[in-house]
Amino acid sequence: MDARDHSPATGRFPAGRLAFPHRDLTAIGQLQRHEILYLLHEADQWVALNRQSAKHTDLLSGLTIINAFFENSTRTLLSFEIAGKRLGADVVNMHAATSSVKKGETLIDTAITLNAMRADAIVIRHGSSGATGLIADKVDCPVLNAGDGSHEHPTQALLDALTLRHALRERGDGAEDFTGLTIVICGDILHSRVARSNILCLTAMGANVRVCAPPALMPVGIEAMGVEVFHHFDAALEGAEVVMMLRLQSERMSGQFVPSAREYRRLYGLTAARLARAAPGALVMHPGPMNRGVEIDSEVADMAGRSLITRQVEMGVAIRMACLDILTREARGLEGWRA
Amino acid sequence: MKQARPFTITNAQLVTPGGLVHGAIRCADGVIVAVGADVIAQDSDEAIDARGRLVTPGLVDLGVFAVDKPAFHFGGITRAALMPDQSPPLDLPSRVNFIAKSGKPDLWVHPLAAATRGLEGRELAEIALMQDAGARGIATGRGWIADSGVMLRLLQYAAMLDLVVVTHAEDGGLTGAAAATAGEIATRLGLPAAPAEAEALAIARDIALAELAGARLHIRQVTTARGFALVKAAKAQGLAVTCGITPAHFMLSDLATADFRTFTRLSPPLRSEADRQAALSAIADGVVDVIASGHDPRGAEDKRLPFADAAPGMAGAETLLPLTLTLVRDGLIDMARAFDLLARNPARLLGVSAGELAAGLEADLALIDPEAPWIIDRRKMEATADNTPFDRQGAQGRVLRLWKGGVALSA
Repeated sequence: MDARDHSPATGRFPAGRLAFPHRDLTAIGQLQRHEILYLLHEADQWVALNRQSAKHTDLLSGLTIINAFFENSTRTLLSFEIAGKRLGADVVNMHAATSSVKKGETLIDTAITLNAMRADAIVIRHGSSGATGLIADKVDCPVLNAGDGSHEHPTQALLDALTLRHALRERGDGAEDFTGLTIVICGDILHSRVARSNILCLTAMGANVRVCAPPALMPVGIEAMGVEVFHHFDAALEGAEVVMMLRLQSERMSGQFVPSAREYRRLYGLTAARLARAAPGALVMHPGPMNRGVEIDSEVADMAGRSLITRQVEMGVAIRMACLDILTREARGLEGWRA
Repeated sequence: MKQARPFTITNAQLVTPGGLVHGAIRCADGVIVAVGADVIAQDSDEAIDARGRLVTPGLVDLGVFAVDKPAFHFGGITRAALMPDQSPPLDLPSRVNFIAKSGKPDLWVHPLAAATRGLEGRELAEIALMQDAGARGIATGRGWIADSGVMLRLLQYAAMLDLVVVTHAEDGGLTGAAAATAGEIATRLGLPAAPAEAEALAIARDIALAELAGARLHIRQVTTARGFALVKAAKAQGLAVTCGITPAHFMLSDLATADFRTFTRLSPPLRSEADRQAALSAIADGVVDVIASGHDPRGAEDKRLPFADAAPGMAGAETLLPLTLTLVRDGLIDMARAFDLLARNPARLLGVSAGELAAGLEADLALIDPEAPWIIDRRKMEATADNTPFDRQGAQGRVLRLWKGGVALSA
């Protein structure tokens, strides 16, 4: 397949790198609305490819992608690995648990080492906010943020937007963005990079975003990000068309931030009865992994036609393929993408 | 090194506590002999023409974390009070004794004794023995003492010895592992943050305990509107409570952290713009007693890290004077008050015979061109590390010559 076949034919986007003038993808906060739309548009072709039986291109053939995960992850790592492999790249995974990071090597030294191995793209997950940007400053290849501390997880927000766009299209609402849509994000907003990236992405796309959490898990000044703040889940759900639930880490629900898991479920668990308070047919999302019976009941998580949770996983691969494709275009020398 | 020959600096703008005086200053045997409009050089003196520039007391920097002589001398600092947060901490008389001699003759280092053993906030250190060894004050270090009982006993002991207690004002329970002040910026960055009120809580408790103990309390850095209000009220009550600030907290707000730049990772963290404005008002109103550098040079191994993982602190000795002079240029304070903040007040808190241009005091002097423009450039700094948040900013004010105890220092 010729790489140029993948450039947008619609003419709605600027040509070449003007459509996405970034070397790295470290934060949704660095993106303009049209750049987000471009990424979503580009991902559609990969959704289609992934649904075929032969899910492979050699677009990134010969390129090396390193997934450097300094924090444990199963699904995001797997998703990036599959995305890279379906595009024909050589994908290498580096786990912090088995790396020299444990031996006291600094993050910068690790970055310099990866750079010296001439990676063509580096995907980073790290437990500290800002770590990905720090590495991006020190390496010569594109860096993708797969989650940095409580800061951002941009590909998660993009895959959520892609999932939602597909779901709305299937309902016959073919809108380009989310103007007028009311979306609730409920859970541990304070520690959640998924929440921050989603707030930035969804508000850029025109949605009315509500955030809901107990005060101890709600960051100060979040209203400045253009969201409405709720502490009572029932009130937040009123009229909402989409409900995004966040995972609550088990260590935070045993007295530190929340007295107990059962008390949390009582106040913030998404049950079928509670979902009925939202708009008719409201959609349910969760970035996973879920604590079934805590923040979300199985009945809701598995609700056909309403729960988009497995669809989110599917879209994750497509959006990561789009990101890897776009960010390596300059190195691959595509017309209009050279610096 | 002793002053060999008397000298007189003539044609100087002398910065005295009462204001600027055009005149001369004469020094002999390491002390100031005469200062004023009518002072003239004796025949045997070395005569130095100041050409109308400022002659000021050498700066007394209250609360530095490293002895960094080239940086101090660049910044006009002739005395520095060293925080006990060393490795190992200054919690034994022998260590204090060693530090007290470490800068002589051309820099006097005044050790601040660790309040508690290992700075752990539990058992009192041997404060009286450390006083004998040269400690000029007591400090709780970078942390606060959580146990109010320990704090009260410390303050009582310090009052008995007439030593000032230098505290760090952040309630540890609220701050925890915070690296930022709670607010929009920290929320957007996803940084662990603590409410600014953590400072007021700590100050309120320490003032109450200091009053109870009759102790002298110096809060090394006050950075919030509520904190200043508490200090102001304590002063109005006549309590021996003083406070300080570093230029970073009156020059910068948390907006400066927005790109995760670790040179702006400080302790306490940078505050909101409203708190920065409150700091400027407090300096103008006389609530603030001391401006110090908080000099804490940190190399790449401490700073080239993700924001929250990096060590707090900035290299501030070289920029202390020019950044304080911006307050004078902006009309917030006059030159005399600037040097009260930089020299006279800290010298009094430490009980040292320096810090102003007055006969009988140590001849610690600086010849300063307050207008000289320069660019703060971290690649050209004298400090042992380059962690300044003011890199590439313009500044005005340079030290041209410096004397410690009447001996000219090679600049």
